[in-house]
Amino acid sequence: MTPFAVTGALLVALGLYGLIAGRALLRRIIAFNVMGSGVFLMLGALGWHEGRADPVPQALIITGIVVALSGSALAVGLVVALARATGRQHLRDDVG
Amino acid sequence: MAVFDLLLCALILLVAVAAIVGKGLFRAVVFFVIYGVLLSLAWVRLDAPDVALAEVAIGAGLTGVLLLGAVGRLARSDADEPAEPIDWPVAVAASVVAALLVGAAIKITPGTGLEPEVRAVLTRTGVENPVTAILMNLRAWDTLLESMVLITAVIGLWPLAQGGDWMEPAGPAHHAQPGGVLSGFGRLLPPVALLVGVYLLWAGASQPGGAFQGGTVLAAAGVLCVMAGVVRAPGMAAPAWRLALVAGPAVFAAFGVAGLAWGGFLTFPEAWAKGAILTIEMALTLSIAVVLALLVLGPPQAGEAR
Amino acid sequence: MSVELLRQIAVYALTGAGLVFFLAGTLGVVRFPDTFSRLHALTKADNLGLGFLTLGLAVNAERWADVAKLALIWALVLLAAGTVAQLVARSALVRGER
Repeated sequence: MTPFAVTGALLVALGLYGLIAGRALLRRIIAFNVMGSGVFLMLGALGWHEGRADPVPQALIITGIVVALSGSALAVGLVVALARATGRQHLRDDVG
Repeated sequence: MAVFDLLLCALILLVAVAAIVGKGLFRAVVFFVIYGVLLSLAWVRLDAPDVALAEVAIGAGLTGVLLLGAVGRLARSDADEPAEPIDWPVAVAASVVAALLVGAAIKITPGTGLEPEVRAVLTRTGVENPVTAILMNLRAWDTLLESMVLITAVIGLWPLAQGGDWMEPAGPAHHAQPGGVLSGFGRLLPPVALLVGVYLLWAGASQPGGAFQGGTVLAAAGVLCVMAGVVRAPGMAAPAWRLALVAGPAVFAAFGVAGLAWGGFLTFPEAWAKGAILTIEMALTLSIAVVLALLVLGPPQAGEAR
Repeated sequence: MSVELLRQIAVYALTGAGLVFFLAGTLGVVRFPDTFSRLHALTKADNLGLGFLTLGLAVNAERWADVAKLALIWALVLLAAGTVAQLVARSALVRGER
């Protein structure tokens, strides 16, 4: 359905902005997730046709959601390790 | 219902903006969880209840716990962290991307997609839910590899444990008050969660649900029990936990190899498909529950309390 | 009046009442000054709203199994909300909010 597909497109752009412009690394992980779910929403909404959702994109999206979580968990682990080792929650380039 | 859809879309976008550029990391995480719940409503509106379940349980629930745990562990009061100033060059670039994608979203007219093809072979897959049929039979390759990706993430995460900690129970030590409300809740929830998790797995053959949704419910209950101090967090020292980690992909791969006798890797003969899928899903649910719980709890940090 | 019409009226009245309580609870969260009064608004009003909403949906349900599922959801949400309210209140107390 078009409103949801357009929303998905806007979410991708919003997530992209946050991923590049965000300073706190945790914020970037959130932005990355928003970007991902925007892609899922676009994919799912464009697969919707006359009250029926195409099951193939649905299966892809479920796979994607699970993989996004494992990526986020790894990223969070790295951010926590960075903060423990250096006391920083930002990358050096962004601050200096 | 068009008005409801438009309102929902507007709300999703507003909450996403608050999560990305609003002030304070804690607030950002809270808005992200709300975003996930609203998004799952959108999936219900798009007639995709399987995705809605996965989004609300994994996207909002487990990711929310993961991020909240990280905010707590980073333990820096950011309540007065100012809203970040707008980075104009990046904003312009993102706007161009937005314009292109919106153009594409409007231009692409949805066709019938692959739905008729899936319906045509559905009776031969062994299950009635088309999404489960794709995940467990038609595109079983993807799901097998995905279950291995999950284990790879755990393998990537565990070396981050300090020194000799890595055989310790997962995550930081939790200090819930014994006999408090949380530990009471932690004792009350597991039986119900077990029932719901297994029901979701079983129902997945014909209704919305499946191994991922069921496994997520079990993982969430497990994480809660650990936080409530009812059980010790799983650790790599116990062979049983390692076995639970690999059981799903191992059983999946074994059935895949058995399929070679029927014409190809991961090919299930029609008469045996349902039994094969159900057996794989049971093992997979166990592994998914353990993997997700480990991912959310994080690598061991014996010396650090949350 | 047919039974069906009565049922429809009951559904709308109950879910409508539920929404009113949710609105009041949300208003409380936004307007009340401190953590404890906010929690008060959230738990009291929203739990009542949830009860009405569940009742309305139960009247609308087609099978008894659906009613049982709704009852389970209702009980779980009540328990979770109570637990979370208690935890939030304790952590606010520990941090010295009044």
